[in-house]
Amino acid sequence: MDLGLFAQYTMNGLMLGMMYALVAVGFTLFFGVLDVIKFSHGDVLTVGSFTALATFVGLSALGLHSNWLALLAMLVVATLAMAFLGMLIARYLVMPLRSAPPLNTLLITLMLGTVLRECVRLFYPQGANPKPFPALLPRASVDIGEFNLRLDNVLMLSAGVLVIVGLQYLLNRTKLGLAIRAVAQDEETARTMGINFTGIVLITFALGSGLAAFAGVMNGLYYNEINFGIGLYLGVIGFAAAIIGGLGSIYGAILGGFLFAGLQTVGTVLLPFASAYKDVFAFAVVIAIMAWRPTGLIREKISERV
Amino acid sequence: MGKTSRIAAAGLAAAIVALAGASADAKQKVKVGFIGPLTGGVSVNGIGGRNSADLAVRLRNADPKSKYEYEMVVLDSECKPNVAVQVATKMAADKEIIAGATHYCSVAAIAAVDTYHKFGFPVIVWGAVLPDITYRNKYPEIHRVNGTMINQNDANAALISSLGYKTVAVIHDTTDYGKGHNEYFSKALAKIGKAKIVGTFGVTADQQDFTAELTKIKALNPDVIYFGGLTPIGVRIRSQMDKLGVKAVLDGTSGIVSDAFIQGLGPLAEGTLAFREGAPVEKLPGGKFFMENYNKQKYDGAPEAYGPFAFAAMDMIIDTIEKVGPDRKKVIAALANVKDRDSIVGKITFDDHGQNTVPVITKYVVQDGKFVEWADSEYASGKRKLPGQK
Repeated sequence: MDLGLFAQYTMNGLMLGMMYALVAVGFTLFFGVLDVIKFSHGDVLTVGSFTALATFVGLSALGLHSNWLALLAMLVVATLAMAFLGMLIARYLVMPLRSAPPLNTLLITLMLGTVLRECVRLFYPQGANPKPFPALLPRASVDIGEFNLRLDNVLMLSAGVLVIVGLQYLLNRTKLGLAIRAVAQDEETARTMGINFTGIVLITFALGSGLAAFAGVMNGLYYNEINFGIGLYLGVIGFAAAIIGGLGSIYGAILGGFLFAGLQTVGTVLLPFASAYKDVFAFAVVIAIMAWRPTGLIREKISERV
Repeated sequence: MGKTSRIAAAGLAAAIVALAGASADAKQKVKVGFIGPLTGGVSVNGIGGRNSADLAVRLRNADPKSKYEYEMVVLDSECKPNVAVQVATKMAADKEIIAGATHYCSVAAIAAVDTYHKFGFPVIVWGAVLPDITYRNKYPEIHRVNGTMINQNDANAALISSLGYKTVAVIHDTTDYGKGHNEYFSKALAKIGKAKIVGTFGVTADQQDFTAELTKIKALNPDVIYFGGLTPIGVRIRSQMDKLGVKAVLDGTSGIVSDAFIQGLGPLAEGTLAFREGAPVEKLPGGKFFMENYNKQKYDGAPEAYGPFAFAAMDMIIDTIEKVGPDRKKVIAALANVKDRDSIVGKITFDDHGQNTVPVITKYVVQDGKFVEWADSEYASGKRKLPGQK
């Protein structure tokens, strides 16, 4: 294969993987602290990207024309709004169901996801149609053979890496991170050590949902198009990525995200019957991996389920 | 009781008698059905169709000469085969509903035809273009006022061959709709023999990311990318083509002829080709009449590309009921003999499969944010050029 083409596929796969990883990290964070699977996560991403779009429309109406300022405002508004939404979901839907079977949480968040998705479709003006998302990043690009290296892709990838590194730092090097990890490891002990359990859970949900908003904005900037259904698909893939990586492990989720994107790209490029079966291929491999390592590629250090 | 109040009472009594007389005169209620995608990605088209069919019902109810009072039952197919079968069963099983104008989505229509046949429920398809809907079986219940994708793909292949394009990559969704487009377009192109297909890519109907497929296409370097599918992924493909620097012409089907396609893309939509059966509303025989009445009703959205067909389908159903009465069997018998029937979309003639044999195909190109007829466009006159146009 041509080297330029190979580079192009790699770049496509990396961008895709970054979005999957950011979603998967959310799943893994929620599972870590509460042992719940929150299926509305993908739809929080959708709401996040529509919030960002609405912010942009509002700012343009006010006459702001600086792309960077607009982008910053969109990121801040979307991230904060989704963090708040995440906290609401945790406080009023997930936490009250803690003593119920985990299946209930799964179901209720699945339904909430549908509610969020339909709300975007019904209440956002013309929400059923695909919406153009503004291209706010510089559009410069260099052609290297068949490889079209775009500055905006590089910026998005770097921002994604920064966010993930930042999250890692937060979890492993700060007091808050210590508290989150403590709660994840053993709720009872964490409580007796004076950690505010409810507070930590809410912060974790805020964190994960903020990440989803970030991924939503990135999704919009990358495809320049958003629609009310983006979260459903990203949610399923993010969840699958978190599972193959090992639920509860941040590294696992990131690995799972990139692995899944890699599988889809390989599925399209190398399978002889072309792209129609790329998802079949990718999910079949996921099933095989789960059969081989039921707890994921990277196991939680302390696994309660064994 | 005083005199004045007695007079008032008498007047009131007279009024009551008059009202009662009117209601004794009231027309028998007849139910007709409508099915289309009212939620989901192509819901704008479904809602446009529903409004148009509703218009046909309202105009008839406002007509003092009509024999019956019509009530339209609306169900949502969501553009999904499984849901389509459910709602088709629900509608056909309700004996009070005499006939229906059904389906914009081919996947929904093809899934539901057997149900209509089983229940003996006459339908007129108003938007779905898959040939199999009328031609796979010979069901007397199934009719269609719009043309099939065979006609539009013939016109499509003819246009791009005449523009001098040599290589085409095909992307189609893997539903019956997209596969049908792929099949008929490939056949039509091969028959003309001037251009060849360099690659065919099936994609799922809700796919987000096309960068892998488009990168592969970029390496094949085709003049044209043919796309057999609906608006939502059409928008994604066009915008991702731009991201990857793919310079080919996007050549779409009737599935992308909607305002949503242009709104979703903005200036990027420029130069996209598309094809559709029938003439544009403003050139239809009853186009002006239709649009004037449509605008009077203040519906929440445009009729979209297939609205006039939905109107024509519903109008034909009501006409038939007026003539033979609210009886499914009689309606089916009457619809078997439709020849040169006037409608707002032109003359309608059903062949032995219930298929309208409309020959008109309209070729479109997007110019300055509008679907413009190819013949009237600056691309045809040579003022502007599509990428690689000779």
